[in-house]
Amino acid sequence: MTDAAWIERALVSSRPQAVAALLRYFRDLDAAEEAYQDACLRALKTWPVNGPPRNPAAWLIMVGRNAALDGVRRRARQAPLPDEALISDLDDQESDLAERLDDSQYRDDVLRLLFVCCHPDLPPTQQIAMALRIVSGLTVPQIARAFLVSEAAMEQRITRAKAKVAAADVPFEAPGPVERSERLGAVMKMIYLVFNEGYSAGPKDADRSQLADEAIRLGRLLLRMFQTEAEVMGLLALMLLQHSRAAARFDANGEAVLLEDQDRSLWRSNMISEGLALIDKAMRRRQTGPYLVQAAIAALHARARRFEETDWAGIDALYATLEHLQPSPVVTLNRAVAVSKTQGPEAALAMIDPLAPQLSGYFHFHGARGGLLLQLGRGREAREAFDRAIGLAGTVAEAAHIRMHIDRLIAENGKAGQAG
Amino acid sequence: MMYAVLCYNSEETVFSWTKDEDDAVMAKLQTVHDRWEKAGKLKPSLRLLPTTAATTLHKARDLVVDGPYAETKEQLLGFYIVDVDDLDEGLKFTRELAAVNPGGAYELRPVMLYYPGAPVEKTGPQ
Repeated sequence: MTDAAWIERALVSSRPQAVAALLRYFRDLDAAEEAYQDACLRALKTWPVNGPPRNPAAWLIMVGRNAALDGVRRRARQAPLPDEALISDLDDQESDLAERLDDSQYRDDVLRLLFVCCHPDLPPTQQIAMALRIVSGLTVPQIARAFLVSEAAMEQRITRAKAKVAAADVPFEAPGPVERSERLGAVMKMIYLVFNEGYSAGPKDADRSQLADEAIRLGRLLLRMFQTEAEVMGLLALMLLQHSRAAARFDANGEAVLLEDQDRSLWRSNMISEGLALIDKAMRRRQTGPYLVQAAIAALHARARRFEETDWAGIDALYATLEHLQPSPVVTLNRAVAVSKTQGPEAALAMIDPLAPQLSGYFHFHGARGGLLLQLGRGREAREAFDRAIGLAGTVAEAAHIRMHIDRLIAENGKAGQAG
Repeated sequence: MMYAVLCYNSEETVFSWTKDEDDAVMAKLQTVHDRWEKAGKLKPSLRLLPTTAATTLHKARDLVVDGPYAETKEQLLGFYIVDVDDLDEGLKFTRELAAVNPGGAYELRPVMLYYPGAPVEKTGPQ
């Protein structure tokens, strides 16, 4: 007996590998998807009767391929292949294929499938939609709900993306090392896009927030294929560590809670341990990349039982590495926050003041600057910075946090006034 | 007689459970655990992180490989629980073991959850 839930899970988890292999075979995304769908329908008929195959992905690839060939032969008025429901045991062919599924060729298949979804010709929103449709197998209505657009609009977006991918003609030969690493880089970026789409959604937006879990699933898939890539470990660790805080990041009203105010007992320790173990493993390879460094920063936050116990010197050092790997004013701003804790507000202010031209429209810039000025006793300038920050706040929590500073400033000024 | 009960399932599936699904399964298991622990029969039990978090030391060539031990020529013959600072210290431990017991491999798999269980009174079959 094979229960329906098991079959569904096996189909979902075999999907990337099966569609990827069928794509190499048919060299056409629609044909590959159709063959996979066909194989799934046959699996739903056959598996409950014959029992589950030892390797569901291998079964689906073979049956998908045969079904398509069968169609071709039938059209050519040739004798059809025997129906797989009549073959009691696909085992020989299946285990043969199952062994080869671990081969690098199949690894490249899945990488190619992921890569066609994040082809440079596609804008980020289309990349995410493609990955969710093609690799994760989410339905168009599910994706449409996550992006708050109509089904028709999402259908159109995916159709357009597919057409672009077909026109771009991604080669089907095994990629060389340089090309493989470029594809891997693009795929990691796409997975992190999917993650952030889910991560930035609040608990009220359940359809979108589950994309974070989907991204983690894709990250694990990628790491299983590229077991030795430190950056893939870093990416998965980063997503796990950030997502471990999910339950603490929003209050009962669905408003964002700042890191320093979060109830750390709500952080998911399972995800934290997995993230930390992956970083530990990646560090041994002595290849530093932006995902790994960001994961290491998230790890220092995760290790602090209370906000006051945060290892700011460690965070400062990691941001310095990140500034070197991936220079950006936002990275420098984040580093300045750590510097303010280790070297004091003056040093931090000296770091962020030069960023004003680039970050003048950024909430966190004015918020952080106001905080530093406040610590330096420069109340009037702090007030100006806070006023600008409030105007740029994106969430109620951000605004409330700044409001608290302003109220304290007003209260202290009042006292100073009385004393004078 | 003491038995090591080895748990097999699809990590892809289990690690895709939502927190609620995971909690529900763990709560149901806990009632079984409690019963056997109270009877003094359930000793330490643990839950492992997925194989993507594993590192393997192949003893013959002193080769450290990312990922689980994937060969099928050898069989699982025992395991240790070791509480170390980091993976490097864990590898140091396995290298010391390998020096006195060559052949095969050690897979280091991080432990996600550890329950001490009932106190252990005997250390092996009598």
